[in-house]
Amino acid sequence: MDLDLTEEQEMLKTMARDFLQKECPKSLVRELEESDQGYSEELWHKMAELGWMGLNLPDEYDGLGSTFMDLALLLEEMGRNILPSPFFSTVVLGAFAVMDGGTEEQKTEILPKLANGEIIMALAWLEPDGSYEPKSITTHAVASGDDYVINGTKLFVADASVADYLVAITRTKNSSSPEEGITLFLVDAKSPGVKCAIVPTIGLDKQCEVVFNDVRIPKKNMLGELDKGWSLAKRILMRGMVGKCAEMVGGAQATLDMANDYAKERVQYGKPIGSFQVIQHYLANMWIDVNTSRSITYEAAWRVSENLPCIQDVAIAKGWVNDAYNRVTERGIQVHGAIGTTRDHDMGLYYRRSKAAELAFGDTGFCEELIAQEREF
Amino acid sequence: MDFQLTPEQVVLRKEFVDFFEAEMKHAPEGWIGGEEEVIATDEGWAFHKEMARKLGERGWIALAWPKEYGGQERPIMDQFMFNEVRGYYRSPGIDVFGVSMLAPTLLAAGTEEQKKEHLPYIARGERAWCQGWSEPDAGSDLANLSTRAIKEGDEYVLNGQKTWTTGAHYADWCFAVVRTDTASKRSRGLSFLLIDMKSPGITIRPLPNMVGEHMFNEVYFDNVRVPVKNRIGPENQGWAVTRAAMNFERSSAEFFAGSKRLVEEVVEFCKETKRDGEPLSKNPVVRHKLAAMVTKATVGLTWARQVAWIQHKGGLAVAEASAAKVFGSESGQQLTYMGCQLLGTHAQLKRGSHWAPLHGSLETEYQRCVGLNFGGGTSEIQRNVIAWEGLKLPRG
Repeated sequence: MDLDLTEEQEMLKTMARDFLQKECPKSLVRELEESDQGYSEELWHKMAELGWMGLNLPDEYDGLGSTFMDLALLLEEMGRNILPSPFFSTVVLGAFAVMDGGTEEQKTEILPKLANGEIIMALAWLEPDGSYEPKSITTHAVASGDDYVINGTKLFVADASVADYLVAITRTKNSSSPEEGITLFLVDAKSPGVKCAIVPTIGLDKQCEVVFNDVRIPKKNMLGELDKGWSLAKRILMRGMVGKCAEMVGGAQATLDMANDYAKERVQYGKPIGSFQVIQHYLANMWIDVNTSRSITYEAAWRVSENLPCIQDVAIAKGWVNDAYNRVTERGIQVHGAIGTTRDHDMGLYYRRSKAAELAFGDTGFCEELIAQEREF
Repeated sequence: MDFQLTPEQVVLRKEFVDFFEAEMKHAPEGWIGGEEEVIATDEGWAFHKEMARKLGERGWIALAWPKEYGGQERPIMDQFMFNEVRGYYRSPGIDVFGVSMLAPTLLAAGTEEQKKEHLPYIARGERAWCQGWSEPDAGSDLANLSTRAIKEGDEYVLNGQKTWTTGAHYADWCFAVVRTDTASKRSRGLSFLLIDMKSPGITIRPLPNMVGEHMFNEVYFDNVRVPVKNRIGPENQGWAVTRAAMNFERSSAEFFAGSKRLVEEVVEFCKETKRDGEPLSKNPVVRHKLAAMVTKATVGLTWARQVAWIQHKGGLAVAEASAAKVFGSESGQQLTYMGCQLLGTHAQLKRGSHWAPLHGSLETEYQRCVGLNFGGGTSEIQRNVIAWEGLKLPRG
């Protein structure tokens, strides 16, 4: 048992924090939020040079061969700084989908380029009903000669607008069990019939509506087994959930730090407001939320990293951190007073992002139902 | 990072589990655990003493203490595992006042003679202690206390009143903070004394909790004579002595483990109980409430382990332990509240009614749990500590 980060992990965190602080000031975050591109190519390539895209990929694909736990720590720093980039879509979701389900050919084609920052991926899972449940997968892929033909609408596809490849979760067979008959495909985003539009969201985080209209995909682009894709999808989901937790922990810590600093600087009635017990107790509650969130997230991330059974742990973590991060950003604004509600202030940025992160990869209700199923309620 | 228990920890934990699993079969009927259960009835107290003896025989009361005083010099994480397993099984047998408060104080500030005179008895579970700190006008503001101890030769003569004295009616000894320099104010002029509860001049009055259980007492001292050699630390330096005892396992593990058990029982109840022709646990509202309860209890226990880990590595975990305490007591309150909601109309049934689900434990715990927000430092004090120590905010 060792609940401490290793020296290398501490170094990774510090290095990432320093890099992001320098390379991704809040002015850039805001600029990118307002842009269609949504990320900075220059920054993206610098991240690739640091080896971040291939952090978890094996050496043979130009990766660094680190653990998912390390990736979670990197995500924490990205969440702390709010890094607008398709990193999560590409690395946490796309790269692992290929690693888990891809053929050797697919891996060789995609992963080295991905590691070098030349490929952006996006995960097309949710549909207009917004549910992660298997029965909500209605986008159809039908065999036709050497191809599959995909038809359907995907929603909340983060970064599809800049992606080279989409991982599309489709239905290839109607069956009495909704988990049966699901297949994943690698879709070239430039394929004829793919239509992509950014939807305006609270996080201004480039989530898209993606319409597949008779999109022909070669059979060799199937990711994993025909009709048996649900288990692959679930593994993607677990990483997505715990990855979001890590980002949220970073964002919550940043919010607490800002509020704590402000409480020490802001003087009213002749004293720093941080000397008033009401403010101290708000901040103490935030401290508890941030720290319990981090410990529950690290354990869940470690379980994912070690390939141990993790569904319940991940669901508990996501459910808890969802609510904790929202509480923290809400109180963070309260400590700051009215200025925290303005468009120019960073508090609002974190407040909006906490809502976006809560809704990504399982809101609390979804997590609770997952716990209920795992515990056989 | 590695969250897995070591092979040695797995073996030790199993030893704890096997022991409590077997021994708790002999608990008095309808036993629901908690300090109240131990102190409120003679039957509970007898079971506690019996378990204390057995734990003492195994050396489990003093796992992390030095061997010369009856301990085993085991790491804090072993202590954490023991507390967690004991909490889960709701076993009595640990006198928290002697084991978790006085013993670390003695180890930090006691003379060799004082350590030898008391520690082995605590380690064997033979001597029961109570805590003489709070007074009617000195609760959170402990330094405002006024019980006087005036030196006469080699004795102090005590006069005054202590309150909220848990278990004074069974305790053999009391450790108290008293004013030895009556001219001084606040935290100056206080001393830390050990008082034999059989001393003439001590009167104990029960202060029953809202359940009706006799746990708290008011303790009156009327010219009670205490030998000067029973003072821990220098005279008038008692305040520093009260602050010295931080190096015991303070993660609230047993409490969180008890909450985990409570949640498991409510889950079982909801699986077994049909309402409107269907198991309660199939109702979406119930499922979500149960999952939220699982989440809270799990997060608490995970945090407790983190606190213990910091201590295991030699840290004091001041803010962290305060967080565990306030999170523990408040989540305990929320869990009993939610549990009662799930029990529905039956939540009001008291122990002893054959209609009462879960032996009426929730009806009792719903009342008991509010008290946990005060003992060992109020929730407000815990949050102050987090603000001062964890966030370095200025004291108001």
